[in-house]
Amino acid sequence: MEIYGLGIVAFCMYIGSFVGYFIGKLLGVSGNVGGVGFAMLLLVLLSNYYETKKGGWSERTQNGILLLSALYIPIVVAMAGIQNVVAAFSGGAVAFLAGGIATIGSMLLVPLIGKLGKDKTIE
Amino acid sequence: MIGEIITTLFSKFPLVGAIGAVAIIMAFSYWFANLIGQKRMGSAIAIVISLALAFIAGKTTGGSKGISDVTYFSGFALLGGSMLRDYAIVSTAFGVKLENLKKAGLPGVVSLLIGVSFSFFVGVIIAVALGYNNAIDAATIGAGTVTFIVGPVTGTALGASSEVVALSIAAGVVKSVVTMIITPIIAKAIKLDNPTTAMVYGGLIGTTSGVAGGLAATDSKLVPYGAMTATFYTGLGSLLCPSIGYMIVKMFL
Repeated sequence: MEIYGLGIVAFCMYIGSFVGYFIGKLLGVSGNVGGVGFAMLLLVLLSNYYETKKGGWSERTQNGILLLSALYIPIVVAMAGIQNVVAAFSGGAVAFLAGGIATIGSMLLVPLIGKLGKDKTIE
Repeated sequence: MIGEIITTLFSKFPLVGAIGAVAIIMAFSYWFANLIGQKRMGSAIAIVISLALAFIAGKTTGGSKGISDVTYFSGFALLGGSMLRDYAIVSTAFGVKLENLKKAGLPGVVSLLIGVSFSFFVGVIIAVALGYNNAIDAATIGAGTVTFIVGPVTGTALGASSEVVALSIAAGVVKSVVTMIITPIIAKAIKLDNPTTAMVYGGLIGTTSGVAGGLAATDSKLVPYGAMTATFYTGLGSLLCPSIGYMIVKMFL
């Protein structure tokens, strides 16, 4: 059933965020440290485990998860619509230079660090 | 009377209204993308339109939450808010292969550490260059350059003035907006076309909204990989910037 798929994702998000908030408390920073990442990891492990042991979830269960992933881009479009774009443009030279240079610089580092992964696969 | 009913509809069903509005924005964007022969640019165009609408809404309402400050479109805050965003991001992990994750493990971790420190120190250097010579101010602006959440977290911890905290948020928002717009353009040049570079990209840029929007506009298959590392970035930044980051800045200023 489709609701099972939605439920599996909900379950992963709760467990992952629990771990995230727990780590946050341990480290003394307020908030969710990597909770979404843990939730994703859990979903990857669960789905890969089911795939190998029991041949994967039923098609209708998968449809529930796929519905959510299909909503992802529309949600991102809505998210873009609630950004404080005015503040970004009026933050002055400091905000613009710092944000802009850091972003472009970081992007240029992508191929450099990406090589680490390739070297490892060749070994 | 009719106008009153229409207002009631928008205020009673805000989420449904937002879904309808996003559908219209996307229909227009994909139609336009087809028109200019760039089918894959559809979601990128939709994101840019949304950002432009957020700019117009911010100018007219004076609020800080873009379109959602317009009464008719308050549902955008729910549809685009962090709860549904994270729920949908988690679902994209379905279909990810375990071996791809293992391959990108080491570069993923390295990119997170380098990403946070690189953004922080670029922000600090620019802040100092433009006259923010005090260690607290420079560290807060540097932290804002990491993400717009790390900025206020650090500023509050160090006791920075609200003007500097606002600047740090602005720096983070600039980063997020620039990421959404530039990623699909620069993707080919930085070889952003496989799970490993997507994870490295998420770890280096780190702003969840920027990475999510940028990758969605580039190739939606890469979203789970980038999002997975990006989600650790803000936490790592909140941890490092007010502590080690501030201490290093203080040694020089």
